[in-house]
Amino acid sequence: MLKKFSIYLSENPTLRYWIVRPEWVAVILLIISIISSIQLSPFFADLAFIMDSATPYVEYGLIAIILTLIIISGEIDLSIASMIALTAVIFGTAYNAGIGMPLSMIIALLSGTLCGLFNGILVTQLKIPSIILTIGTLTLYRGIAQSLASDFSLGGYPSWFIGIDYRYVGIIPIPVIIFTVFAIVVGFFLSSTIYGKQLYLIGTNPQTAKYSGIKVDRIKLLLFTLSGLVCGIAGILTTSRLAVARFNMATGAELEIVLMVMLGGTYIFGGRGNIFGTFVAFWIVVILRAGLNVARIKIESQLTILGAMLIIAIILTNYIYSKSQK
Amino acid sequence: MTLFDKFLRIRELGIFSIIVVFVVVASIIDPRFMTIDSWRAVFLAIPLILVMAMGQMMVIICRHVDISIGSILAFSAIVIGLLYIQFPGLSLWLSLIITAFVGLVMGLINGFIVTRFNVHSIIVTLGTLSLYRGLVFIVSGGRQIDRNDIPEHVVSFSQTSFFFSIPGILIFSAIIVIITHLVMRHSVLGREIYATGSNPVAAHLKGINVTKVTLFCFGVCGMLAGVAGLFYASRFGYVNPGVTGVGIEFIVIAGVIIGGTSITGGSGSVLGTFLGILLLGIINVALPVLNIPGEFQKAIYGLIIVVALSLDQLIIYRMKKLSGGINA
Repeated sequence: MLKKFSIYLSENPTLRYWIVRPEWVAVILLIISIISSIQLSPFFADLAFIMDSATPYVEYGLIAIILTLIIISGEIDLSIASMIALTAVIFGTAYNAGIGMPLSMIIALLSGTLCGLFNGILVTQLKIPSIILTIGTLTLYRGIAQSLASDFSLGGYPSWFIGIDYRYVGIIPIPVIIFTVFAIVVGFFLSSTIYGKQLYLIGTNPQTAKYSGIKVDRIKLLLFTLSGLVCGIAGILTTSRLAVARFNMATGAELEIVLMVMLGGTYIFGGRGNIFGTFVAFWIVVILRAGLNVARIKIESQLTILGAMLIIAIILTNYIYSKSQK
Repeated sequence: MTLFDKFLRIRELGIFSIIVVFVVVASIIDPRFMTIDSWRAVFLAIPLILVMAMGQMMVIICRHVDISIGSILAFSAIVIGLLYIQFPGLSLWLSLIITAFVGLVMGLINGFIVTRFNVHSIIVTLGTLSLYRGLVFIVSGGRQIDRNDIPEHVVSFSQTSFFFSIPGILIFSAIIVIITHLVMRHSVLGREIYATGSNPVAAHLKGINVTKVTLFCFGVCGMLAGVAGLFYASRFGYVNPGVTGVGIEFIVIAGVIIGGTSITGGSGSVLGTFLGILLLGIINVALPVLNIPGEFQKAIYGLIIVVALSLDQLIIYRMKKLSGGINA
């Protein structure tokens, strides 16, 4: 049966292209994780609970969407978690300096954009491999955040600003709506515009892309800058959710963000992947985390599972691509 | 070739002159910096980092990066700490062998995944970074190893020794540095590591077993991180599952990179790495002497990494231009 099916698939490359795809792994994993979580606790099958547990990860999800674009174009940005902390700390410092909320927000977003621009310039102009450069800027940005905020929690925001995760439309919290809309917009951009197609070409073969007249460096620079801007947004969202800004917030978030992208079937070497996969992977991470919390597994011990999942996701994605789309 | 280019070729000279300038400036600003005490502090701070840097340098020379070493350090430190609770009389040599073995296994796991599945090492070790950190919590149950759990002969290892009462970890790390130098410069294996890093395909065609060489580098890197776990337990007298070794990988990578090891592989030296780590150690001790708050330390390290990477890239660009590699 299975053999017949595989022969049938090999005779129909279009069908095989659609069936043998890493995104389906994400979907299957999502279904498995939902079922096993419901087995763990019947209270889990509550949409409002799942929505509520999704809000803390929306900040990561937003960045995961941009990171998908960056990885598709063959680069990577690991300084994301530090940029969240840095923008949040700058936002808190600016607000506490008494310059008012709108201006603080603009400064925070601007600083995030500048951080991203800095990454982008070093990657595109000096040709430093982004994977090692962003390890450096990861330390740098976190260090600047620590120098600015020391060990203090920057708080004292007005009450309308605090607690965006407790504002709902129906049962859906506002951050989840932001995330979904953002995912749809970026997904549309990636799949249906010429710029999206250009990203895939850059990731597949930068040399060819350059000779086809695509401004590779400019697009990469734009992506890194965008990543910084979204980290700024995430920093403000996190500050709103926690009501304080600290230098050590979102420590180790790179793992979860990269995990979301990798689980979603984006190819680590670039050129393949899509937003739908990342969107599904976001919900896998949410449900996995919520399920592990319901099962009363310590946060620290959950790291083992997330780390193992990251490695398995990469191996599986590589394997599927090597089988299906040579 | 101008004189400037010749100067750039001797990378160790560059970092050495930075160290000299830094020390001179620091001791002019505050003469306290040139006392025995602060130099003792420098040389007590670096062995831990230095030992890990030797392994990391090998990995970076063969074109990979291992960022899970902080978690490997924590895991081996926790394992040896739990063993000390059970067997307080465990001898130092046996603990060295145990920690080295624990680290070796973890490093080989990294190396196996990297070589077998051909994924970028930073992503793999980002995964194992969390995986091993989670294991630290599972094994220890979240409990800290306290000062009174660690036997006296282990603590004294980092304070004194039979040899002119120089701390034992300093002697031991010096031995490791010398062995690494001999392996990298004067053995076939060392030359194969350089060859693999500068061009894996050519190395393979030349008959070098690239997989084996890469595995060796990751294994040694893990093993030395494991030994550093024993140093940590000895030096600090406690092991905390949530604090021990967190972020130490970035200090190690910073030291290796500013020591002139190229992240594109194939070049780097033990002397350079030693000087890089020495610079970081001096900065570490000089900050409080110069009245710079400790919070700035991380930002300074980060800045150093970024600047060193940029310089490295500029040097490579210049070299390529000289050899006619770039015709743009």
